[in-house]
Amino acid sequence: MITLGIETSCDETAAAVLRDGTVLSNIVSSQVKLHEQYGGVVPELASREHLKNLMPVIGEALSTASVTLKDVDLIAVTSAPGLIGALLVGVSVAKAVAYSLNIPFIGVHHGEGHILAAHLEYPDIGYPYVALLASGGHTALYHVKEFGKYTLLGQTRDDAAGEAFDKVAKLLDLPYPGGPVIDRMARQGDPRAIAFPRGQREGYDFSFSGLKTAVRNHVALFRSKDKGLDPSLNISDVTASFQAAVVDTLVEKTVKAAKEQGVSKVIVAGGVAANSSLRTEMERSCKEAGIALYLPGMGLCIDNAAMIALTGYLHYQQGERSELDLNPRASMAL
Amino acid sequence: MFSIITSNTEQTEEVGRVLGSMLEPGDLVCLFGDLGAGKTHFSFGIAQGLQVRDQYITSPTFTFVNEYRGRIPFYHIDLYRLKDPSELESIGFEEYIDSDGATVIEWAEQAEDELPADKLNVYFSDVSENSRELGFFAEGERYEKLLADLKKTIGDKKVIEIK
Repeated sequence: MITLGIETSCDETAAAVLRDGTVLSNIVSSQVKLHEQYGGVVPELASREHLKNLMPVIGEALSTASVTLKDVDLIAVTSAPGLIGALLVGVSVAKAVAYSLNIPFIGVHHGEGHILAAHLEYPDIGYPYVALLASGGHTALYHVKEFGKYTLLGQTRDDAAGEAFDKVAKLLDLPYPGGPVIDRMARQGDPRAIAFPRGQREGYDFSFSGLKTAVRNHVALFRSKDKGLDPSLNISDVTASFQAAVVDTLVEKTVKAAKEQGVSKVIVAGGVAANSSLRTEMERSCKEAGIALYLPGMGLCIDNAAMIALTGYLHYQQGERSELDLNPRASMAL
Repeated sequence: MFSIITSNTEQTEEVGRVLGSMLEPGDLVCLFGDLGAGKTHFSFGIAQGLQVRDQYITSPTFTFVNEYRGRIPFYHIDLYRLKDPSELESIGFEEYIDSDGATVIEWAEQAEDELPADKLNVYFSDVSENSRELGFFAEGERYEKLLADLKKTIGDKKVIEIK
């Protein structure tokens, strides 16, 4: 069975083709040279850019997979949550293509897609497990009992982890996105140089807003209006100490959740899972606790359509499908 | 126009809570100020004042908009990541502003030319590490009345300093 996945919930326009549970292609617009081909660099977010990118991205996904539109048996599309105008583009295209080919389509929850992405790389994970979803927009821990049974254990009470990386980068005059550049600079710094707060919240909840403000207050001591950042500020130490505070919190709560929920497997999903320190520390702590850790590769951590295709395929296997009156929704709990 | 000095994030939230309890359908509050100035804390307060019961009221930086149900709908918008005003269309910006809910916009300076004429503006600035100055500026009749009510209620509490 061939599934075409479509993802337009936020910044990325993405399409992917799966044969059953196997990825044949996984195309993300920011990673291909579509802009040059189709008219210059443009803001990726606007709906009309999704509109402009989506058909070429779908074409690329089909040709990379060596299939044609006529081979597609099912269309899976992100229908919630996300930017409403952006979601509408994907959902409308999915409906139109499904209708014209007379094949089923199914709306998928973006967060469920992120969690299940690990199954593409590790088909034999099995259930139950604890999933940490950490990205620019989410930081949450789920207990996953079986396919489709997600219990939210806790989440951020203010900023998401990825958002904290972006905002701290901004405070240090570093480029966007903040994750990769902080990861790189932190390698030269001392993670114990500055004792930033760990933002402890009860249970499995997170908080990163106080940490952001603490970095801001530290940096403010070195910033003047006319001269900018004073060179005596050790940016490597700031990034290393900040990153350690985020990683400590994420690792500690995830391992605690796995132990207390009595599960022996942990998966980490979302763009923050690309952080090298998080990967190293999570591996170390899980190993110590006798927990098996599943960390999908980068292409499956960031927003992508392969995870959406898989999620739609698995729901379809359970007999589910969406009707043509399906409307996208900006907010929706998993 | 008047200013309030809060000495910590709890007081910033409290001022937001008082304002939130006074908001009516269609109201628009625009927040201006730097990273860490207290805009999101203030918005949490507004959500509480609007009787939003959600367990989690989180930063809308990445999603641009978070929607909540309170005694009236609450739309929490954050334009921090806006790169171009043309992107407002993707967010459904106009629909939120013209809706029957209360709308709060963080990083309103990112779309200053696109904002309606009538609104309540709040400017956040640092006094010290934890203390903040909140400058209120009303545009239009509705917001002048709202501001007068806010000043009176906060003044009656005699806890938070008004300049």
